[in-house]
Amino acid sequence: MSDARLMQGNEAAAEGALAAGCRFYAGYPITPSSELMEHMAKRLPELGGAFIQMEDEIGSIAAVIGASWAGAKAMTATSGPGLSLMQENIGYAVMTEAPCVIVNVMRAGPCTGQATKPAAGDVMQVRWGSHGDYQIIALSPWSVQEMFDMSVRAFNLAETYRVPVFLLADEAVAHLREGCVIPASVPVVNRKKEPGKAPFGGEQVPPMPAFGEGEKVLVTGSTHDEWGYRKSADPNIQEQLIRRLSEKITANASAIVETESHWLDDADVLIVAYGIVARSSMKAVKVLREQGVKAGLLRLKTLWPFPEDAVRLAAEGKRLIIVPEMNLGQVALEVERVVRHDVVCVAGVRGEVLRPEPIIEAVNNNG
Amino acid sequence: MAEFDVHINTDLIRSGAMPSPFCAGCGHGILMGTILRAINEMTDANGKPLSMDDFLFVSGIGCAGWIVSPHFNADTMHTTHGRPIAFATGAKLANPKLKVVVISGDGDLSAIGGNHLIHAARRNIDLTVICANNEIYGMTGGQVSPATPETKRTTTTPVGNPDRAFDICKLVEAAGADFVARWSVHQARPLVKSIRKAINHNGFSFIEVMSPCPTHYGRLNALGEPFDLIDDLKKRSVPVQKAENMTAEELDGRIVTGQIKEP
Repeated sequence: MSDARLMQGNEAAAEGALAAGCRFYAGYPITPSSELMEHMAKRLPELGGAFIQMEDEIGSIAAVIGASWAGAKAMTATSGPGLSLMQENIGYAVMTEAPCVIVNVMRAGPCTGQATKPAAGDVMQVRWGSHGDYQIIALSPWSVQEMFDMSVRAFNLAETYRVPVFLLADEAVAHLREGCVIPASVPVVNRKKEPGKAPFGGEQVPPMPAFGEGEKVLVTGSTHDEWGYRKSADPNIQEQLIRRLSEKITANASAIVETESHWLDDADVLIVAYGIVARSSMKAVKVLREQGVKAGLLRLKTLWPFPEDAVRLAAEGKRLIIVPEMNLGQVALEVERVVRHDVVCVAGVRGEVLRPEPIIEAVNNNG
Repeated sequence: MAEFDVHINTDLIRSGAMPSPFCAGCGHGILMGTILRAINEMTDANGKPLSMDDFLFVSGIGCAGWIVSPHFNADTMHTTHGRPIAFATGAKLANPKLKVVVISGDGDLSAIGGNHLIHAARRNIDLTVICANNEIYGMTGGQVSPATPETKRTTTTPVGNPDRAFDICKLVEAAGADFVARWSVHQARPLVKSIRKAINHNGFSFIEVMSPCPTHYGRLNALGEPFDLIDDLKKRSVPVQKAENMTAEELDGRIVTGQIKEP
């Protein structure tokens, strides 16, 4: 008998967070992510954690960052409109290197758009939504199991690199109900602590004290030196800080990035997909293979940092590259940047899961 | 009063953090000293001595954002504009042992951050919020704030403020706060006592502190030298007990000071 339990994607992400040690949640209701918050409201008190429904998304992410600095593993969940409100403070989490996890369940936009329908329009919002130069990490689940697994991984990456990590799900995966195995234990990473050491420099990812430990930590979103003193007029300190915040992610991209290859060994057609559309793409590859087309799939489990090496390698020698996605080509542009020639984007912007048929058709029409 | 015999030394102020960035005649330096004097040799509600290590100070953006950070020799969190109460809420819930004090300005707390202020009061979360009210946006160059009195000049109300000012204490009280006080920086001694009481109040506590801004508010409204601004605050202040017997007309333009609400 399988250990799998029938679970919803949002619930699985909440359980993954708890397994990873999350003990603080602040959020604001928004479709299609609210079930995650409701699950946390019930479960966190059982585990001695704290839950609060804040007055808006700006306050939610602020409370998450405050809790992170007070020593807790903390998360929030939202959707596009809420994420837009969080962006300034996501920059604060980047700048103060506060580990936190943001589950963004993508719905069709812009604005209120189709509140209950799936999309993948926030790929660039999670990457560039706050102002300034910075790097974040974004993971893209395609199943309920991965909502659990990637939620765990999101916390571990956040703690390792002291950075906000996005679990970038879509409405379809978040509301999907399917089997999910919750293991007895999961690998858990905790932020590094070295009392007396500088919390904002000296090494790529400095140790992180918490409020209340007597470290008299000085936290600011302004440009600061390694001890947290504001140095907002010093060009050298600004450059050092901005470069370190980015390089701690880019230099470790090979450890962060995960992709999955299907039927790529002999393929001459490459499909690059992520999220729920990777499932449609799997089906498309199977049908195309039956038709005699040598198609293969590269599934991006990490979207940011962008899996440049894996995409470049997979694209070698392919006569056609197809990027199906539920937006007008956000990842297709990234793939073009990496492979340095045109790719075909199969754009699904109807608020429906992009089906295998248009992907198959695009391959056949570009034969 | 013993707390004023103590020099606010480097045990309370982070070495290297002085001199302060405040303009000559700014009231925020007085408020800074007042908060430190309150905490110095302070005990909690059970008589246990408190030290700077028991506190987390959270500030927003603006002139008042500099009162605690980087100066206070404690855990300090200098946050984004308007959001210090929300950050403080998360920190307090994650570590309830922390004494969490938010110190920010009238623009930060009652304009951009007004939503967080009223909801923290409604929740009665155990935070102390000190609002340094200089009746203007100082850091950005003297623009109108929700606390700028009607008719007063600012750089964005060049012919006088057409709007009414918030009574921030009334706002917070209406939102459910049990502990509400207002003082002016010239009332430093009762302010020290009030801050201690607020910190030991179990639940949400709010203190508004009137603080002069000679650089912008004083200059734009031709109020004279820094001392004249302090004098102006003295003249406008009226104790809450006295205010109870005054008419609305008599109270127009006055600042009601004292313990406005206490459980």
